[in-house]
Amino acid sequence: MANTTLADPDSGLPPAQLAARHGLRMAGQRPSLGTYSRQLWRYRHFITAYANAKLAASFSNARLGQLWQVLTPLSNAAVYYLIFGLVLQQSRGMDNFIAYLTAGLFIFNFTQTSVQQGTQAISGNLGLIRALHFPRASLPLAITITQFQQLLGSMVVLIAIVLITGEPITLMWLMLVPAVLLQTVFNAGLTMTVARLGAKATDLKQVMPFILRTWMYGSGVLYSVELFAENLPGWATAIVQFNPMLVYIELARVALLENTPLLNDSLPLTWLVAIGWSLVMGLGGYLYFWRGEQEYGRG
Amino acid sequence: MVDHLAMSNDVTVTLPRIQDRIPTVVVDDAHVVYRVHKGAAGSHSPVAALRRLVTRTSTPNVREVHAVRGVTFTAYRGEAIGLIGTNGSGKSTLLRAIAGLLPVERGAVYTEGQPSLLGVNAALLNDLSGERNVTLGCLAMGMSPAEVQRQLPEIIEFSGINQRGDFASLPMRTYSSGMSARLRFSIAAAKQHDVLLIDEALATGDKRFRKRSEARVRQLRENAGTVFLVSHQLSSVRDTCERTIWLESGVIKMDGPTDEVLKAYEAFTSGK
Repeated sequence: MANTTLADPDSGLPPAQLAARHGLRMAGQRPSLGTYSRQLWRYRHFITAYANAKLAASFSNARLGQLWQVLTPLSNAAVYYLIFGLVLQQSRGMDNFIAYLTAGLFIFNFTQTSVQQGTQAISGNLGLIRALHFPRASLPLAITITQFQQLLGSMVVLIAIVLITGEPITLMWLMLVPAVLLQTVFNAGLTMTVARLGAKATDLKQVMPFILRTWMYGSGVLYSVELFAENLPGWATAIVQFNPMLVYIELARVALLENTPLLNDSLPLTWLVAIGWSLVMGLGGYLYFWRGEQEYGRG
Repeated sequence: MVDHLAMSNDVTVTLPRIQDRIPTVVVDDAHVVYRVHKGAAGSHSPVAALRRLVTRTSTPNVREVHAVRGVTFTAYRGEAIGLIGTNGSGKSTLLRAIAGLLPVERGAVYTEGQPSLLGVNAALLNDLSGERNVTLGCLAMGMSPAEVQRQLPEIIEFSGINQRGDFASLPMRTYSSGMSARLRFSIAAAKQHDVLLIDEALATGDKRFRKRSEARVRQLRENAGTVFLVSHQLSSVRDTCERTIWLESGVIKMDGPTDEVLKAYEAFTSGK
């Protein structure tokens, strides 16, 4: 038993060469992009299980449980309709203001909650990150999936509202599927971006609500998008036209509503912008997050 | 021959022959410096914070701690190494550097595969049931869903959380600290790790669980793993490790057979 230490057959060899000879790797090195993507694919079961667990946990203390998945968006829509529809009279002769408002609200809420939770994807899970090794992108991706499941609940409410308010079922409804999928890719990229930002800059959590509020007002959620063209100078309207959230919201409105005010007249162009944003944000966010992989959980 | 092997497995650990010694962790003159964000301290007024933002000076309440100062050693397959030292001697920091969770400031840490760190503070999701935590933990370690299903009853059984009623289906926030530590250890120990780093986790359970977990650690070692154990309970170091490294103020004070190191350490701490 005395031979357990110090009797080193490789003795005399410097540690670095010893490590190289036995194929040891430097601890905590960032994997290559290809390896990382493959790892992430192997962890897909973890990502979905984690997303489902988070969804279940978010309602675990409420008595009505998962019913809140539908009740929350419903009450949200009711409050905003009360204020912007009835008190402030923002409908301005629009055919179906309730459906217009709810479509915008739910689509925007999908991105908003993803971003809010994304800023804490790393900083709020330090225990898990310091304990276990898994590709960290699992966490923001799981958040996107959880929010996507929440969106499905909201969509049930939205479609019910759309039907009750007398909109016809048309083939255009099918457009909702690719529109929401593009938005999901966009959200995933954005969530990964803010996750990395939020991991270092802890103040981001405080600033985020204001950024999101501004973004919401710039996306024509609560009032007619015609107001932008009427009140803003031309260049500002052009910027708003390329606002990804406005684009995704307009696609949902075009899909579900017969007659709705739009800022972007050309539907093909709107689709192009939607696809462009989804690619740029999705890929860019993933690359940005991967580049910080080895830093997460260190403090 | 077979009989002999089986017997020796029961009694003690069979060490690999000296010629077969394969390094799994090589630590080469590692220095670890970490930065602590203290909350409110010093001039913490909004004006001072703003001035720091404008002048781009770093906040005075970030303090640098030089926790590990030039540690060098090599660990081999099948070894269990105890890490001892008084509080704040850099044991846990060293483990986190080996796990790749803290960067080394100078020097280098080389490891075989991905070391897994098992600490008392490694929280899972407290709002979820123990069972669900086991599933998540196992998936997070890279197991396949089928493997998780197969291991689940075994892990719950090993952790012993169901000894007083059906706790596995209750949220983890209802567990006592001992119970959740036991569950965490059971999850981490369910997988064969190349290098397993244990930080005080064995100390939390009751005596029966400690026996079980020590046996499990021995089993992990026999399957060609390397185990590091940080503990203030010298008895569990004596029972599980045959080699011990004694850290003091971030430098290795002694590295050798457990008996010798513990003797010197006990003399040191009682002499204080």
